Amino acid sequence: MPVISYIDAVTQAIREEMERDENVFILGEDVGKKGGVFKATQGLFEQFGEERVIDTPLTESAIAGVAIGAAMYGLRPIGEMQFADFIMPAVNQIVSEAARIRYRSNNDWHCPIVIRAPYGGGVHGGLYHSQSVEAIFANQPGLKIVMPSTPYDVKGLLKAAIRDDDPVLFFEHKRAYRLIKGEVPDHDYVVPIGKADVKREGEDITVITYGLCVHFALQAAEKLAQEGISSHILDLRTVYPLDKESIMEAAMKTGKVLLITEDNKEGSVISEVAAIISENCLFDLDAPIMRLAGPDVPAMPFAPTMEKYFMINPDKIEKAMRELAEF
Amino acid sequence: MENNRHQKLGLSDQDVLEMYELMVLARRLDERMWLLNRAGKIPFVISGQGHEGAQIGAAFALNRKKDYLLPYYRDLALVLAFGMSPREVMLGAFAKAEDPSSGGRQMSSHFGQKKNRIVTGSSPVTTQVPHAVGFALAAKMKKQNFVSFTTFGEGSSNQGDFHEGLNFAGVHNLPVIFMCQNNQYAISVPIEKQLPTKSIADRAAGYGMPGYKVDGSDPLEVYRVVKEARERAIKGDGPTLIEALTNRFTPHSSDDDDKAYRNPEEVKNARQNDPIVIFGKYLIEVGLLDEPKRKEIEERMKGIVNDATDYAEQAPYAKPEDALKYVYKE
Repeated sequence: MPVISYIDAVTQAIREEMERDENVFILGEDVGKKGGVFKATQGLFEQFGEERVIDTPLTESAIAGVAIGAAMYGLRPIGEMQFADFIMPAVNQIVSEAARIRYRSNNDWHCPIVIRAPYGGGVHGGLYHSQSVEAIFANQPGLKIVMPSTPYDVKGLLKAAIRDDDPVLFFEHKRAYRLIKGEVPDHDYVVPIGKADVKREGEDITVITYGLCVHFALQAAEKLAQEGISSHILDLRTVYPLDKESIMEAAMKTGKVLLITEDNKEGSVISEVAAIISENCLFDLDAPIMRLAGPDVPAMPFAPTMEKYFMINPDKIEKAMRELAEF
Repeated sequence: MENNRHQKLGLSDQDVLEMYELMVLARRLDERMWLLNRAGKIPFVISGQGHEGAQIGAAFALNRKKDYLLPYYRDLALVLAFGMSPREVMLGAFAKAEDPSSGGRQMSSHFGQKKNRIVTGSSPVTTQVPHAVGFALAAKMKKQNFVSFTTFGEGSSNQGDFHEGLNFAGVHNLPVIFMCQNNQYAISVPIEKQLPTKSIADRAAGYGMPGYKVDGSDPLEVYRVVKEARERAIKGDGPTLIEALTNRFTPHSSDDDDKAYRNPEEVKNARQNDPIVIFGKYLIEVGLLDEPKRKEIEERMKGIVNDATDYAEQAPYAKPEDALKYVYKE
């Protein structure tokens, strides 16, 4: 099986879907000739032309809003927000419109859009090129939010998102783009939205996380295994709606749960995961639920000292995992 | 026959009578909803009274079998012209299960009905403008000869989505018509506190499209301008911004009291420009309407409004647990 990078899996999924279905098209800033600021759409302009790979003005609300209109007509738009941090002008369109169109029309209209956005820190992006924004959208029924960790999941989940009949936010960790490589079949497959995935089987402690932190947790687990601590790692993959059954199953398997997000801690996606576990698994727990997250400051600072302090890394995770194992 | 304007515009006698009837129907339905609200039978009304001329003139200039309508909450006459029935309008007012717009989920006048290509809308204003651009983009990409037509108040012309939408449509030369119904009030804020310029139509220049200001109380004039805009759009000549000057005969909604900010004399004067009266006079002048005929139309429309009211009042509500349906595809 070919080994490709996380970002190449993004491009491959879009290319294959555009070849499969002529209703699929892309719109966003710099997605055309330039192929995207991260090169996620590289080569697509040349292959599909400017009609299906549309460079838009700097208008995030229109990228979402025009996509919503085209989707209600029957097309399959993929809107790109250049950075997740810049999605804010489009929140009204995504939350008030896309998320509510099926519900508010009593199933008469629906809105099959995908909004892709690179998120996450550790790239010297400062306050406005590092943020995790999923929590803003993760209490909006009608939306689905996908945050894959591996190239395999990227390709399969992005294809599933494009084929989905409801709006999907697809957040790609920008540091993972070139850092993470993995085996990806060059044939067509989809990974179902809404299903978490066990990335490592273990017996002593459970780690539940998503995105780049999955890789950090796997590295930490490898180290701890040498000390005889066995870790079970669940990758949420879809952070809204959550896969409650897999979360409960993973929590009950070891009775000791560490939840990790790169986002600010309070009101984050893992806060909801903690609530699900405490509602359903209290008597199966052998330790308080532990959360490891970014500090509750507005966003990630630019200076390397402060950025490092904010970011989750394998050492921080290893420390938390050991602490939990020893409880 | 020198005064006959509609034939010169390509409208038949039957067309203009139908236009008049729809304007009357919209007004009487609207008035009935206020009565029902004041009688405590329906919770909310938001009106199109005073806007009927602009709406019906525009509707008849469009292809009502092909074009997509992205309306706002004052567009009762427009949605009737696009095929929503009076019973369906009343079902929405009573929030009953059969309400085609939302099954009783949204406040009344948040119109939507896929079979008539009336696109679902919301309460935060102007969100429909980029959607209309999206439909027009689809028309261009799929080489379909329809246009999208969207409406909004002048208050909306200050929202970001107005500017982002028009700019996008201008850049991509899309078949979309933007029609602002300028009734000179954004709830209580008068036009001079909304715009630093004289006209909303002037804003079209900034987006590379023609802009026209038109008397919205004259359905034939609105028809002419929208028809030209549609022809340009279909030919591939791109979007148009139209500003139709209208009057709001009612408070903003049933929850508003306009006496706090509007001189009653002003409303009285505005009613001198009632599009139904003006168009009625025109039809009398060209010999298509007389007093017996007008009374006959009023009686017939009253019957339709009574039937719609009775039907909707007796129709069942959605089951409580229907609140859980259709969050995602089922």
